[in-house]
Amino acid sequence: MVSLMTTLAIEVSDLTKQYENLTAVRGATFSVPRGAICGFVGPNGAGKTTTIRMLLGLITPTSGSAKVLGESVSNPEKYLSFVGAMIEGPAFYPALTGSENLRVLATLGGFPVERVEDLITLVGLSGRGGDKYKTYSLGMKQRLGIAAALLPNPALLILDEPTNGLDPEGIQEVRDLLKKLASEGTTVFVSSHLLSEIEIISEHIVMLRKGEVVFAGPIEELLMNQKPTIIVRTEEPNDLEKIAAIATAEGHKVSIRAGEAHIEGPHDWAPILNKKAFEAGITLAQLTPTLPNLEETFFEMTGGK
Amino acid sequence: MFKVFFAEWRKLRRPTLFLGTFLAALFFNGLITSFIYLMIDSEGGNSDRGRKVGREVLNLASGSVYGFSSIGGLLGIIVLCVFAAQTSQEYTYGTLRNLLVRQPKRLTLLAGKYAAMKSFAIVLVLVNAVVSIAISIYLSDRATVSTDLWFTSAGWSAIAHTLVNVYISVVLYAVIGIALGILLKSPISSISIALVWLLILENLIGAVKPATLKWVPGNQLSIIAQGGSESISYSHAVIVGGAFAVFALLLSSFIFVKRDVAN
Repeated sequence: MVSLMTTLAIEVSDLTKQYENLTAVRGATFSVPRGAICGFVGPNGAGKTTTIRMLLGLITPTSGSAKVLGESVSNPEKYLSFVGAMIEGPAFYPALTGSENLRVLATLGGFPVERVEDLITLVGLSGRGGDKYKTYSLGMKQRLGIAAALLPNPALLILDEPTNGLDPEGIQEVRDLLKKLASEGTTVFVSSHLLSEIEIISEHIVMLRKGEVVFAGPIEELLMNQKPTIIVRTEEPNDLEKIAAIATAEGHKVSIRAGEAHIEGPHDWAPILNKKAFEAGITLAQLTPTLPNLEETFFEMTGGK
Repeated sequence: MFKVFFAEWRKLRRPTLFLGTFLAALFFNGLITSFIYLMIDSEGGNSDRGRKVGREVLNLASGSVYGFSSIGGLLGIIVLCVFAAQTSQEYTYGTLRNLLVRQPKRLTLLAGKYAAMKSFAIVLVLVNAVVSIAISIYLSDRATVSTDLWFTSAGWSAIAHTLVNVYISVVLYAVIGIALGILLKSPISSISIALVWLLILENLIGAVKPATLKWVPGNQLSIIAQGGSESISYSHAVIVGGAFAVFALLLSSFIFVKRDVAN
């Protein structure tokens, strides 16, 4: 029986999965607090799905340890009845209806079959539960996958790319659903390549690159550690060079791209720059202090574009 | 295990699978049983491999189930294909990961699947027995076969024995089917390899060197259904056929438990 009082929903320590000539996950260490929405991001092949599979007892770690809801992943039967999961997209029997697919899993897991119709409605498949899965669109399949993950009324929900194939309305619905579940105490561990999506819904993030964790913790902490930037546009495009000269003279790093000067510097330097520009006879069209968003940070940390 | 059993039946009872399997089995059952009676006087024979089954055999107490025992091997092959496909599709559809998240005890999951398979086989065997016997009774007059001994105590005993033998044969075929599904993880590969071996290679090997027929799995399982043959005893078939099935069961169970589910 899992301890629902544990403060960490997931606790991974030095976890490694080695295949013959490939290390899919290398010494991963991170934790996910109970009740949080935690994003799990990384480029394709970074080891996200392998990590999720280890957490669900589907593959055996080569070394290291991991606990889910306080129980070791070597005993998945102790915690999986409290875990809902959708791994690598939805997978169901094409010849069965959506509802019948859920009933198979409900029967197998010992969950009330009556929950199936409620979940079908919850994920927006009302009226289509009786249709065969093979007739579903990608978005509908995704919704059914989320419904299946919710069958156990989970304490921990693990979702791999849950918004794949969903239209903007569907994405918003999933976002609202995940927030609602988290507010009710469910821990949500969600992998996605839509970093803007992760930034909106998550408080925590685990970032993987080539099988290694490059950051794990609150998103705010990650972004605060990034260098703040001041974005400047001038009324006269030629004045950008002058702005760059002013900033460089003050010891700030500048890059000019797309008609804007991106100056690395603290936000409280913006009014000083404004004054110096005025004194130099430069009219500013835009002066915006910014922090790098998650996407920029992600590319910087994972060595992407 | 009961949860797995009932969950499996939700899949097995779908009309395309359930009715499709039963209709295919009943079609061949009707064809083969009818052939025995309708072609009883044919010089070309009325049984498998051109063998002639005369009235002296069909008049016996075991005559009512002669047709049924003849189709035992075929029922087994049909069930083998169904369960090889059912099992391997869990890999190709990716549904195995869902099943293992809901039932992480892999041996329990496998045991539940075997239990569902056995119950499916019981229903299939019983329905086909009833239909085969009914066809035999219906055609016995036309073929001037006496049914006087069919429903004596010896006749009922023969029916019971044949039911058990065909059931054992069908279950052993299904065990091999499930094992192939687990090992090959592909419906096309597992079914085609099984059919090529059972329907072509075994016969070719047997034609070249008849003595090998005592040691090949498909022939043993068919002979179990028939309760033994002139050249191979029932006990030999049970031991050799059973050994093949037990080996397949142990190997596939070991792999099912130990193998990473990475698709």
